[in-house]
Amino acid sequence: MLSTETARRFSPRALVIFLGVLMAALMLSVLSPSPAHADEVNTDKYEYSLGGNVQFGGEPVEGVLITVTGGGYEAEVKTDADGKWRVGVPEKATYKVVLDEDSLPKGVIVKEEGGNETTAEFGLTKTKSVNFFLGEGERVTVSFFDQFINRFANGLNFGLLLALAAIGLSLIYGTTGLSNFAHAEMITFGALMTLTFSVTFALPIWLAIIIAVILSAALGWGLDAGIWKPLRRRGVGVIPLMIVSIGLSLALRYLYQFFYGGQTEQLPGSGLADLHWGAISLSLIDLGSMAISIVVLLAISFFLLRTRIGKATRAVADNPSLASASGIDVDRVIRIVWVLGAALAGLSGVLWAYFRPGVSWDMGFQILLLVFAAVVLGGLGTAFGALLGSIIVGLFVELSTLWLPSDLKYVGALIVLIVVLLFRPQGILGRKERIG
Amino acid sequence: MSSNIVPTSKPVKSTGLHIGAAEPGCAKRDPILVADKVSRSFGGLKAVDVDHLEVPRGAITALIGPNGAGKTTLFNLLTGFDKPDTGTWTFEGRSLGGVPAYKVARMGQVRTFQLTKALGLLTVMDNMLLGAKGQDGESLVKSVLPFLWRGQETANEAKALELLTRFKLDTKKNDYAASLSGGQRKLLEMARALMSDPTLVMLDEPMAGVNPALTQSLLDHVLNLKSEGMSVLFVEHDMHMVRHIADWVVVMAEGRVVAEGDPYEVMQNQAVIDAYLGKHHDEDLGEDTENVEAMKELLDDEL
Amino acid sequence: MIDWGAIFGNAAVELISPTTAAYALAALGLAIHFGYTGLLNFGQAGFMALGAYGYAISILTFGFPVWGAVLVGIGASVVFAIVLGVPTLRLRADYLAIVTIAAAEIVRLLFTTNTFNSVTGSANGLSGYKTEFAALNPIPDGTYGFGPFEYNAYDWWLRIVAWSVVILACLLTWQLMRSPWGRVIKGIREDEDAVRALGKNVYSYKMQSLILGGVFGTLAGMIFALPRAVVPSNYQTSLTFFIYAILLLGGAATILGPVIGSMIFWVLLSFFSGFIARAVEAGWLPFMSSIQAGQLRFILVGVAIMLIVVFRPQGIFGNKKELAFVK
Repeated sequence: MLSTETARRFSPRALVIFLGVLMAALMLSVLSPSPAHADEVNTDKYEYSLGGNVQFGGEPVEGVLITVTGGGYEAEVKTDADGKWRVGVPEKATYKVVLDEDSLPKGVIVKEEGGNETTAEFGLTKTKSVNFFLGEGERVTVSFFDQFINRFANGLNFGLLLALAAIGLSLIYGTTGLSNFAHAEMITFGALMTLTFSVTFALPIWLAIIIAVILSAALGWGLDAGIWKPLRRRGVGVIPLMIVSIGLSLALRYLYQFFYGGQTEQLPGSGLADLHWGAISLSLIDLGSMAISIVVLLAISFFLLRTRIGKATRAVADNPSLASASGIDVDRVIRIVWVLGAALAGLSGVLWAYFRPGVSWDMGFQILLLVFAAVVLGGLGTAFGALLGSIIVGLFVELSTLWLPSDLKYVGALIVLIVVLLFRPQGILGRKERIG
Repeated sequence: MSSNIVPTSKPVKSTGLHIGAAEPGCAKRDPILVADKVSRSFGGLKAVDVDHLEVPRGAITALIGPNGAGKTTLFNLLTGFDKPDTGTWTFEGRSLGGVPAYKVARMGQVRTFQLTKALGLLTVMDNMLLGAKGQDGESLVKSVLPFLWRGQETANEAKALELLTRFKLDTKKNDYAASLSGGQRKLLEMARALMSDPTLVMLDEPMAGVNPALTQSLLDHVLNLKSEGMSVLFVEHDMHMVRHIADWVVVMAEGRVVAEGDPYEVMQNQAVIDAYLGKHHDEDLGEDTENVEAMKELLDDEL
Repeated sequence: MIDWGAIFGNAAVELISPTTAAYALAALGLAIHFGYTGLLNFGQAGFMALGAYGYAISILTFGFPVWGAVLVGIGASVVFAIVLGVPTLRLRADYLAIVTIAAAEIVRLLFTTNTFNSVTGSANGLSGYKTEFAALNPIPDGTYGFGPFEYNAYDWWLRIVAWSVVILACLLTWQLMRSPWGRVIKGIREDEDAVRALGKNVYSYKMQSLILGGVFGTLAGMIFALPRAVVPSNYQTSLTFFIYAILLLGGAATILGPVIGSMIFWVLLSFFSGFIARAVEAGWLPFMSSIQAGQLRFILVGVAIMLIVVFRPQGIFGNKKELAFVK
């Protein structure tokens, strides 16, 4: 009798927690020794490569950790016994190459301050060599606290730009019940349009961004008028609608690749030097990005809380049939939400292009899941929940790199999503009644 | 209108169900379901706040009350489809607190829904077979070995056909349930519930949206349940129906039980008249006009 | 000029290719999830990745025999299904969609990261795990077949095993769906509250369905990995979307739909890419480069998904009456 009692009390939830702890333990045990790296990474996979030779006083330095990032690609490599390293990269783009000073022998530093970080641009050849100049000296290590502050600032910036996309996604979900997978392509669209107008047509960047946001809004209008409204009229269910959005996402994404190609391109002004305030180093672009996000988010809050149409939007998101019964023109509200959501997604795409940095055909799809995670975390269908969820996801992604290898930084945020659903399925600001 | 319909057979009323005065929460001679201090709020609004309620065995009990009185919420709580904030309740002496809905159903307390839940893309026969209890073929492992469940399946089919014949649905047994009319779906849902040989049948507005001809047969079926020894608890709006078939009436308003008694007495109760005609009838006129009329008619009748 | 023979030959080959079999099996798993139970699993790529990696790592790192490696893959996907199902199967359908898509990405990122390079081969993936499977081949060395269907002994062995697994899975699914178990599953798709009110443990049935369909996905992942190397970038979300396209094409609540859907999908895709590529070479499409020609097919898959869902939701083989969409 006793045994059946305990068996019954062993709930599935306990099982998941147990598995989670087991997984975490497993990961920690693998992480604790420094990870093994070859001296050549991905060189057989990609055509292009970056390489170099790390020497100090004519002697090769072994085991120096070098990180290559750019265009959404990221790889780490350690120098071999000859001090050599090589990293394959997917395309001829600009990459940031960072030498981890912690991995240098004691008493050796990179000569200039900040010289451990360079940008590598390909010339005509398929390989590019990157060199660092080492010298004698003691290095002032960045304290954990300073790193934390710096990551925190970056995370906030990332979270704010996610919020722009997430609010639109959440409002669309709230008013139409659609989980819009094509939101990713609405994000990419803003960045691609900015690229087209600022680089191809050589307009000033501020004008290009304004045009891009207006065109994004037009895209939102067009999608609702051309696809979603007719489907609502046909009475197509929520799940088929979601699958339509997946098809649309796939078609648009490869349409972008068809016209823009697979490479990553930079918007004007990206890669500006960082300014330093104590521990925080941010570029003017980062500051501008945060300022724009905050101003736009405040404007959205004002719109939702104070204006008639904003209140109507929240009413429809809360309970469409009740709102309809009380005389709100639901179709008009939905149209406005699509236009607004698409404009916000487009703007968020521009900021994301500066944050990554780079514009590419699948850049929106890369953060789609984080946007979804933010929306679910905050509570599906709640605008302010989406804001809160985005900031949590942004901070989590950036701060987790203090402990996790940087190529796992999205994993942490996605695991948090699953864990939150386990304990608070309605999200942080969501109401319980919505989930059943 | 539906209010003119009476069952074809003269119902035999059960009497002497309660002990002491017929007041809210009064004890029953043989209760099958007992609820204590059950409450449930939705965002600050108390939808259900029942202090004590006993449902008599072997009788037809009606749960009535104006819109928003918490009848369906109470139904959901008692059947495990919703979790109360506080309270305990027992079915045949066994506590049901925290028991999931499917286990409640297996114990013999089976419910139907206000918005009919016929499984549209299953045939009528499959709908019926789904209602049978303890099927070996419903286990993933045994299901791939037909010889383990073929016998049981044949027996269930025979039983289902018998019930379908009784409910006049036997000619439709191979049709998709989606092709049935609203009333036929109600019948199917009731017949399906009977496949599990329940002891307490809980019907949530069994007559809502059903045409008059079918209402009559539904009423007969409800009365039949009692004559076959089952207890019935049903939610209903239509006062005439309640008066004709119920042995006991429980009146809810604003989440509370405001009156109990046999159908004739309870409708003269001041609390009931207040509940239907009081401050709420101004706001609620749309939906409940018919009942208000019925109440007035009924009162005239009795006076 | 255009070599039509080669285009048709290459397209015909896809009819019985192991990749077609793998997609058919993965789609059959999704048919159990989505078509029969109404579960929106968007993480089928994750189940496939677990199958492919579970098999390859068991053989390469632990030296398991083939049957052991297969069991490891299945075990991994059962655990994965439970971890996914516990938090989400009580919630509304779209939560499962978001969680499964997130979980599949977690799996892919864990296989991609450099952190576990020694076991997973990180972005380069794994290869060299075919010897054990080839050693079981009873077919004597040589080349067999006719026309475009001419393969060596290993390729035939692979095709025979792959399609045998697909046929067995179809028979199993067929038997399950005509049993009382299948009746409960289909009832859940229609209305889970009604089924719950009839005394069935809906949560447990959904979990069983999730595990069963996931195991099909895992086996598909192994079949998919055998003719090539295991590379994490193969298991992106798009893979799941392609399998959905196949499922919708064939009919979501059918047994043969996924199989025939997969055949049509691959034959058409191969024919189309072959034709466009050669048309570009021949200068018929001057506005298009050969790289762009490769992307055109993905655009068409996307458009096809949208059109099928809106205009023929029951798929090619589905019964109009039993169009299987969860409401």
